[in-house]
Amino acid sequence: MQKAKRCLLRRLREADASARLSCAVMGLGCLRHGQVAKGLLYLAAEGLFIAYMACFGGRYLAKFGTLGDTAQARVWSEELQIYQRIPGDNSMLILLYSVLSIALCVLFVVIWRMNLLSACRACERARAGEKQPSLLVEARALLDERFHVTLLSAPMVSLLLFTVLPIVFMVLIAFTNFDADHQPPGSLFTWTGMTNVTDVFLGNAVKTRTFFGIFGWTMVWAVLATFTNYIFGLLLAVVINNKLVKAKKTWRTLFIIPVAIPQFVSLLLISRALEPSGAINVALMELGWIDAPLPFLLDERLARMAVVVINMWIGIPYTMMTFSGVLMNIPSELYESAEMDGAGPVRRFFSITLPYMVFVTTPQTITTFVANINNFNVIYLLTAGGPFSLDYYQAGKTDLLVTWLYKLTVDHHDYALASTIGIFIFMLVSVCSLAVYNRSRAVRKEDMFQ
Amino acid sequence: MKMASGRRRRLSFLLHALLAALALLWMIPVFWLLLSSFRAEPGAYTPYLWPKGFTLDNYARLFTDTRLFNFPRWFGNTLLVAVCSCLITTVLTLMVAYVYSRLRFKSRRALMNASLVLGMFPGFMSMIAIYHFLKAVGLDQTLLALILVYSGGAALNYHIAKGFFDTIPKALDEAATLDGASKSVIFWRIILPNARPIVVNTAINAFIAPWCDFIFVSVIMKDNYDNYTVAKGLYTMVDKANIYDWYTAFCAAAVLIAVPIVLLFIRLQSFYVSGVTSGSVKG
Repeated sequence: MQKAKRCLLRRLREADASARLSCAVMGLGCLRHGQVAKGLLYLAAEGLFIAYMACFGGRYLAKFGTLGDTAQARVWSEELQIYQRIPGDNSMLILLYSVLSIALCVLFVVIWRMNLLSACRACERARAGEKQPSLLVEARALLDERFHVTLLSAPMVSLLLFTVLPIVFMVLIAFTNFDADHQPPGSLFTWTGMTNVTDVFLGNAVKTRTFFGIFGWTMVWAVLATFTNYIFGLLLAVVINNKLVKAKKTWRTLFIIPVAIPQFVSLLLISRALEPSGAINVALMELGWIDAPLPFLLDERLARMAVVVINMWIGIPYTMMTFSGVLMNIPSELYESAEMDGAGPVRRFFSITLPYMVFVTTPQTITTFVANINNFNVIYLLTAGGPFSLDYYQAGKTDLLVTWLYKLTVDHHDYALASTIGIFIFMLVSVCSLAVYNRSRAVRKEDMFQ
Repeated sequence: MKMASGRRRRLSFLLHALLAALALLWMIPVFWLLLSSFRAEPGAYTPYLWPKGFTLDNYARLFTDTRLFNFPRWFGNTLLVAVCSCLITTVLTLMVAYVYSRLRFKSRRALMNASLVLGMFPGFMSMIAIYHFLKAVGLDQTLLALILVYSGGAALNYHIAKGFFDTIPKALDEAATLDGASKSVIFWRIILPNARPIVVNTAINAFIAPWCDFIFVSVIMKDNYDNYTVAKGLYTMVDKANIYDWYTAFCAAAVLIAVPIVLLFIRLQSFYVSGVTSGSVKG
């Protein structure tokens, strides 16, 4: 990057005045050397940007530092005998449009740099006596050597609008006091620095207790959920792949059907069945195993056990499905030679199948672990985080960080705290994913089993 | 080996019995869903398991009693959103996957790393920002907003498709280049026809997603019942106020949407077995 910039500067110094003037009036260099259409496009881009900033973006960017100072007010009007709303600032919109404007500024700088490059190139071509390519010729390159630009532009715009900008916005929110008491336009919110972070990690007793309680359970949950699914999914895959089992595909399909049903249906159904008068309690009582209904969703320990068990119901078929393919890839010579050496099926499982699977599926397992940290559906649909606890700040005993985040945003409008937790989840996930990345590189290099 | 054939037969029987028992265990909720959808008595909770009477009214009611819950309309909404977002997502995903798999340019590595990092932020974190953004441009509570949201993340989910493109021999591209084909021609005429399984896979996945999501719908639609999708609609059918009257109808509706989705999913299964694993090992 550094090199390219120096290069551009030098080329600019060597180029003619029109190229240098392109710094201020975009497209001038191109216009001067006969690339009229291209030059006009640059000029139009500059005009649009200036118009946007003057009429719209600038207003919001100017208030970015304070996020607004006058809230919307209600004033009694003697004349009309009603309260009148006097419009004020809206911190949310200021922040939103500021982020948008900053993004546009970055985009503008990129276009501006492109403009300088084209100006230099046009000037150099003129000196060398070459013909200037028309816009049509350059556009045709977009279908060939610059095809990646064409293909990537639409996905990148959608990515920018629906992922990047919202994330930037929410990361900024983490450093404000945007909560239920500061809802614009009625009351404004403002920058509060690291308050949310210190609240969560050390300052505020309830929030700290909630955070560490939920964080602890999230990790316990992720380990339990991943581990149980791994072991039992692997066993199921091994059983189905056994030479003696007939109609393998039918068995697999039988296990797939239940998990193919949308989770909001199956999990809601199960959650209703777990209630005191639900089907599971009725069944247990008809069998005579219990006398009174068990409070599956109301007791902390039972609820936690219930979500882990139900998650096995959801997860084992998935694990079985993905592991089946890997199992089939284990070289059969390994088994044949082991069998000749007199190793029984148990011995073969522990000394061939398990090591092979652990080796090959580690990256995938860490991905599953990450997915379980963020396993929203199972928790939210089954227990909704409950049993609700007064020790906790707006959370229950089976809440994961991600369901807590969801409740804070949607039910309690506590956006600042939710964003802080979101950033923490991001850091947690990136550490785990980094491990996957390194691990999968190791797998690619070593090829131990091939 | 032959001496052990008796033992083998016993073992085979044991394995099949075990699988049958497990499959039964897994299918119980499915049976329960079917049973409840045909149950004549209303209510979510009955003090017995086997229904006292059977009826088709629960299904009929979905299409006749549309004052409170307009199931046919929700079904149409979901179908529209699913078809549109499926088309957009498939096209975007395949484009991105092709670029990262085949084309080499300066910022390729940086873009791929950025995608990796962006994917690590929890999706819910940004939904409020997305809602306000859509509101600012006047798109909140519309189906178009849903389509945009469901296809907006397409550029991040290219991994499986890229893994597949990587396995298509480069020699094909090179031969075509020698024949004077541009990169665009190679993409449309050579890569895509060779990548039918991954096109189908991506499309099915994208098609299923809107049928299962109830979160973004809640955030974007708020109380605009007419623009709900089935997932969100069904979700409101079983909240505290409606569950007694509507539980059996909920089950009936669930069966109606679960059947096509299960069929599509089974179609995916064979690909899943080979595709997912090879994609993950390659990273």
